Amino acid sequence: MRIWLGPAAGFIGTVSTNAALAEAAKETIINNPTTAWDHAWTEVLIDLFIIGGIFAAVAVYLLIRYRTRDPDAVGTAAPLNLEKALAWALVPAAIFMADDFLLSAKGWSLWNIQRTVPQNAMEVKVTAYQWYFEFDYGNGVTATDLVVPVGKPVVMRMTSNDVIHSFGLNEYRLKEDIVPGRITHLWFLPDRPRETDLICVEFCGNSHSEMTSKVKAVSKADFDAWMTKSLKKAEDRRHLKLAVSSETAPAQQ
Amino acid sequence: MSAIAEIETATVKSGFRLSEWVFTTDHKRIGILYLIGSMAAFLVAGLMALGIRIEQTAIGESGLINYFVLDFSRSISTGTAYNVALYFHGAAMILAFLIPGLTGFAANYLVPLMLGARDVAFPRINALSLWLFWAAIVVALLTFLVPDKPDVLWTGYPPYSITTPGNTALYVFTVHLIGFASILGAVNFLVTIIYMRAPGMGWNQMNMFVWTTFGAFMIQIVFVPVLAAAVTLLLFDKYLGTGFFDAARGGDPLLYQNLFWFYSHPAVYVIFLPAMGLLYEIVATQAKNPIFNYKAAVYGGIIGILVITGEVWVHHLYIAGMPDWLRIGMMVTTLLISVPVGLMVISLWGTLYKGAITYNIAMRYVVVCMFLILVGGLTGIPLAITSLNLHLSETSFVHAHFHFIMGLMATYSLFAAIYFWFPKMTGRSADDGIAKLAFWCNVLGTQLTFWPLFIIGVEGMPRRYWDYAMYPQFQPYHKVATIGALITAVGIVLMMAGWIHAAIRGRKTSTNPWKSRSLEWTNTESPPGPGNFPKPVQVGKDWTPYDYHR
Repeated sequence: MRIWLGPAAGFIGTVSTNAALAEAAKETIINNPTTAWDHAWTEVLIDLFIIGGIFAAVAVYLLIRYRTRDPDAVGTAAPLNLEKALAWALVPAAIFMADDFLLSAKGWSLWNIQRTVPQNAMEVKVTAYQWYFEFDYGNGVTATDLVVPVGKPVVMRMTSNDVIHSFGLNEYRLKEDIVPGRITHLWFLPDRPRETDLICVEFCGNSHSEMTSKVKAVSKADFDAWMTKSLKKAEDRRHLKLAVSSETAPAQQ
Repeated sequence: MSAIAEIETATVKSGFRLSEWVFTTDHKRIGILYLIGSMAAFLVAGLMALGIRIEQTAIGESGLINYFVLDFSRSISTGTAYNVALYFHGAAMILAFLIPGLTGFAANYLVPLMLGARDVAFPRINALSLWLFWAAIVVALLTFLVPDKPDVLWTGYPPYSITTPGNTALYVFTVHLIGFASILGAVNFLVTIIYMRAPGMGWNQMNMFVWTTFGAFMIQIVFVPVLAAAVTLLLFDKYLGTGFFDAARGGDPLLYQNLFWFYSHPAVYVIFLPAMGLLYEIVATQAKNPIFNYKAAVYGGIIGILVITGEVWVHHLYIAGMPDWLRIGMMVTTLLISVPVGLMVISLWGTLYKGAITYNIAMRYVVVCMFLILVGGLTGIPLAITSLNLHLSETSFVHAHFHFIMGLMATYSLFAAIYFWFPKMTGRSADDGIAKLAFWCNVLGTQLTFWPLFIIGVEGMPRRYWDYAMYPQFQPYHKVATIGALITAVGIVLMMAGWIHAAIRGRKTSTNPWKSRSLEWTNTESPPGPGNFPKPVQVGKDWTPYDYHR
């Protein structure tokens, strides 16, 4: 009898937590892949602790309850008849499958948020090199740190110049590889002004650990100011280049 | 028959001769030579792990890692030296320790004995497998002697593995040699299990370890050729100038990743299945109970894994740029692996129910393994979910997850097996005070190492970073992990010294010290002589290796 108390407690725990979570979910409108990730992670973690807790508790119980010091004692478990054997295979299989499909559904809905690029997203082209990132805003402005305005979704269209790299945004809970010969994409929502790290997370050789940049989420006004300044700089650079090349002097970069 | 046995006995009685070991075709000696080779690989690869942990203790370079890879003149950078250590640690632990330890040593030593057979089906091919494996160890060790040390991780992803100045050929040849050994071993053991069971022994009367070995070798024979093809194309690309993986010439770098993981995810089950098999044997014997729901564990568990294992590899490529539909499809198949694995776990747990459990050192390791399976298995679930994986992938969370299953659970099941069958192999017991002390060092040390990595992994600590200047807040966790690694190192040295001591001077044991009902204990002496069984083995219709109740 005692063996059933653990699972029963676990079951009641699941039902009540799920009810609480459902209540919480009603209040939040999730469209930010970052907060949606945190939410899904919490739910999955609860699921794992329940399953793990049940199995661990049963293991501890069995290991202590059936311990003996008599080396000649033998176990007394009765052999399973066909019905019991089938039940012990099909019922757990059904429960595991149900949980798998539940988790798949949760995972898929988060995936849809992560992969559906909002219509109004700002596009930035990314090229990865050993060992740095280059950002191209499509208007002549290029940079090695990514500056983005808060509140506007940003989509990265990425490719690599040499080996495989990866675009790792820990604080935004996202990453995607940057592969030579392919264009991969990733979008995120800079939800508040902050400066975070962009790191390469696909092994790319000697200086893999130093292949980092900053992602600067700044207010709309600051972004516009930065963009105007960068545009001017890019324009100046272009003029300088033109001037230099027309004098047929050696290139000075 | 008896004349052969007499000749074999006469050869053995003449004492230790090196040639008898080098030219042996006896599965027991081959098994022990596999054990020695895989333990040698384990020690060197473990030393690399220690170097990796020491390098990560502090932010900035310690430079110590260069000494670990025998670069005393510091001719390569710290980053490259670290990558060489990572390469050797990963490749050697999986290819030269876990797979040969479980399917070389354990399968060789135990399967013919458990089947009641005199040897494997093709003893000379068995010897060829063994020496191919040793050749692979030698090639792998060349890593430390060549100036252009391979630095391609155990995965060898192009284009990096093609453009690196490191020696990718050494990696390819190591995989080739181990692959040959694995395929030959697979043929040998599948034939042995199908055709050489003792008269009267049906499929449902086989030991669980034999079943899991059958599953592991089925995987090897189907999937190893794919890996061999992948690394061969890599060799052609790097040294012959072909462009299979070169996007600029119409190739595709992702092709390699698909081929690689098409083998290398099933390889996880080549390790997991025999490891589970060893746990089953020890639990059944120590609890003196039959396997709980044997048929569910075999046909639902082992066969279930065989069916699903080939359809899940994309979970290693969730962030690699694969089509979206494939990433979702393989999320579902990956999660469904929980069904066969769950059935095996329930069967293992159930075997304890109403048992008469006695604890020896082997059983202690098994108890730890039960909890390691839970942590390692359950942490695989968020990694299987594509969308959660987008953040967790390539962090130390992944690193900790697979170390719980492969680095700890599979490794401890092998340690447990060595202790459990030590009286069988040597006639002596290794269960002493040193073994207990080593046990606590190993268990506590590894827990100290890997729990911090879970925590900082969720926070975003990237894998394969020798330096983490942008994340100074992770340093205390790395320090704890390194202390754990040092404690583990003490445990491993103590344990191995204990084995050597016990093999020579250990307490002598009876033929069947654990009172097992399996053929290797009941029908032959310890250690078994040539030809394994004094009398040919025959089993009855309702005999099982677990009939403790009669």
